[in-house]
Amino acid sequence: MSDARLKRVALAIGAPALALIIAFAITSLVLILAGDSVIGVWQQILSVPDVRGVTNILNAATVYYLSAVAVAIGFRMSLFNIGVDGQYRIASFVAAIVAGEAWLPGYLNTLLALVAAVLVGALWAGIAGLLRVTRGVSEVISTIMLNAIATAVVAYLLRKAAVDAEGSNITATKDIPEGSWIPGFSLGSDAPNDVYGVIVVAVVVGFVYWLVINRTRFGFDLRATGASESAAIASGIDVKRMVLVSMLLSGAVAGLVGMPILFGDAHNYGSTFQSGLGFAGIAIALLGRNHPVGIALGALLFAFLDEQANPLQILLDVSPDIVKITQGVIVLTVVIAYEVVRRYGVRLEQRLVASALADDDTDDKGAEVKV
Amino acid sequence: MSVVTNSAGGGTEAPAKKRRITLPVVLLAIAGVFVLLSALRIITGVDELSSSGTLRATLVAAVPIGLAGLGGLWSERAGVVNIGLEGMMILGTFGAGYFGYFYGPWQGVLGAILLGAIGGLLHAVATVLFGVDHIVSGVAVNIIGLGAVQFLAALTFSGVPGGGATQSPGIDDLPAITIAAISDPLGDLEGKNWFVVSDVAALLRALVTDLSVLTLIALSLFVFTYWVLWRTSFGLRLRSCGESPAAAESLGINVIRYKLIAVIASGAFAGLAGGFLAMVASSSFRDGQTGGRGYIGLAAMIFGNWRPGGLLAGAGLFGYTDTLRLRGGGETIHGLLLLVAVLLVLVAIWQLRRGHRIAATVSGVLGVLIGVWFFLSESVPDDLTGMTPYVTTLLVLALASQRLRMPAADGKPYRKGSAG
Repeated sequence: MSDARLKRVALAIGAPALALIIAFAITSLVLILAGDSVIGVWQQILSVPDVRGVTNILNAATVYYLSAVAVAIGFRMSLFNIGVDGQYRIASFVAAIVAGEAWLPGYLNTLLALVAAVLVGALWAGIAGLLRVTRGVSEVISTIMLNAIATAVVAYLLRKAAVDAEGSNITATKDIPEGSWIPGFSLGSDAPNDVYGVIVVAVVVGFVYWLVINRTRFGFDLRATGASESAAIASGIDVKRMVLVSMLLSGAVAGLVGMPILFGDAHNYGSTFQSGLGFAGIAIALLGRNHPVGIALGALLFAFLDEQANPLQILLDVSPDIVKITQGVIVLTVVIAYEVVRRYGVRLEQRLVASALADDDTDDKGAEVKV
Repeated sequence: MSVVTNSAGGGTEAPAKKRRITLPVVLLAIAGVFVLLSALRIITGVDELSSSGTLRATLVAAVPIGLAGLGGLWSERAGVVNIGLEGMMILGTFGAGYFGYFYGPWQGVLGAILLGAIGGLLHAVATVLFGVDHIVSGVAVNIIGLGAVQFLAALTFSGVPGGGATQSPGIDDLPAITIAAISDPLGDLEGKNWFVVSDVAALLRALVTDLSVLTLIALSLFVFTYWVLWRTSFGLRLRSCGESPAAAESLGINVIRYKLIAVIASGAFAGLAGGFLAMVASSSFRDGQTGGRGYIGLAAMIFGNWRPGGLLAGAGLFGYTDTLRLRGGGETIHGLLLLVAVLLVLVAIWQLRRGHRIAATVSGVLGVLIGVWFFLSESVPDDLTGMTPYVTTLLVLALASQRLRMPAADGKPYRKGSAG
């Protein structure tokens, strides 16, 4: 028995490793076909980043992490919140307006803006939740539509709210007063840049996520609904309520995604505010298997690949987009690897059951082993 | 509950009782839409609502959405949800750009189909052979498709005259058909601005003026799909895989093979949709050319209740709203507000008659609000016109989704031997 369990643990750890190796192999294949220097590319990507690079990786990972947790909340109950992208952009915009107006002094202002972001994110996701429970509209489609609508709404409101910066055609909201910025910290005295202070918020969010999902009645209901809706209904769970609440929670966390950038770097919301973080979040949530620690590792990996690929264009004349292929392939190979391992695990169990039964009753042996 | 009382809504309101969708009903619905549009054009005075230019542009905008939707149809009818259409479409745009520029326009079409099919193959292997969750695999295909195309485009088009890291040089046009003998008199008729007559003339004129061969091929693919999926034993078997794979397998159908074929075909359709964007809707490959049309195609397919005819109507609707946005901008979309308001109020009345108070209130309030917006404003702000197709999708799905029925086993991973 313990031997089999050991085997299974080894397989569970081996699956992501295998996925990584396959993804690297496929990327290398693409590089070879393209006639680029495979060794050179990997030498750059797998080199040890300097302090500046490490800071950048941590910062990017913070943002990815929040995005992935938002997606993962939905995933835990089989809801696909593809709309994190729209949710965080509209939430960041509102937070930038609130913080820029500075109705409250200092950090109270920051707090107000964060609350506003969370509320707006939740509301935007809530539309999809409401459509799902009242009208039966698939959240996959509605959140995709809401992403596009968010783009249009933000573009419209930004034009209305924008302040003109002299000599620049970038439209952006009013700058947040310096007293409301969230200070970062530097890694060592010679670091040229700061790690976002919001990284603390991300860690807290990750911990609360773990706590709620694994240690509360609500979390149990959520996971139960995700595992089997009919069983959940039978045990008295109000599935519609669960769908709506988890969509709101997912949106609330999504509202935080833009905060590290807003309060630690950009200090306003402009037309150049980073977009597309929601889709990266989906990939990272899948990679981390919706587990708070797994997601953290996934976020770091994605941020690492992004940061390390940046100089490729200058150094080797290779497009940094090559890591996007790697990232996409990793998502697929990780899922496939886990599926293969799961099937193997099931077979292992069946074999064990079969041999246990065979000890009792030697008659039917072969029938149970077959899958 | 009689059918007669709510005839005021033209062909747009479905009666509560079951009614088979027959050819006369379809023609009546199309006629109803035309009367509505024509009335709207005359009431609001916005001629762009049904000019032949608008309708021709609608066709060009609708074809890629419809082709992507056909891709979705093939795959979902075999039980595989395909959210990776967007990624396959992106692959198709590059295929058209690469083969179209280096080899010629027809090779470009084939290249688009080929690259799309490769995307489909990826999705097929992951979902059908490895049982990966369909949405997960689709998301991965989208990421890979985008990444691969950006990488390949930078590799192939950098330094090529007229091209760059994010776009290909111009591709030669495919042949287009214009029947001048019919086109010109129709143009005169259209100019008269007669109720309904001019609108029909505009539609016919749009169909005989500068019509790309690829548009014709795309339209014939709808007929082809209907014929294959609903009129051949191959299609029956394919659809049975999407309804009940276990039952299909117990009848000796190779479910895995049918699903593989369906998903690869799905990719080919999506690739062609991308190719259309690069070669007919514009004349070169550009990064970000698809602009989420793969998702819209999926929505159009759901709107069309997983049927080719409905899909065509959905694609037409999305193409139309998208075109209005581009051509008339805010003013044309403003004219459309009135139509939406009237339709919503009609839906509210209908819901009220059926006893659905809440649904009726929601549609009624929305309808009145949009009506007020119409009368209080002159034009819809430019930034907001961009969201028209998406709001339309949401509205339509919210109003109609409960009447839709997807294939019974859609999205469920299937393993060989599950039939036991």
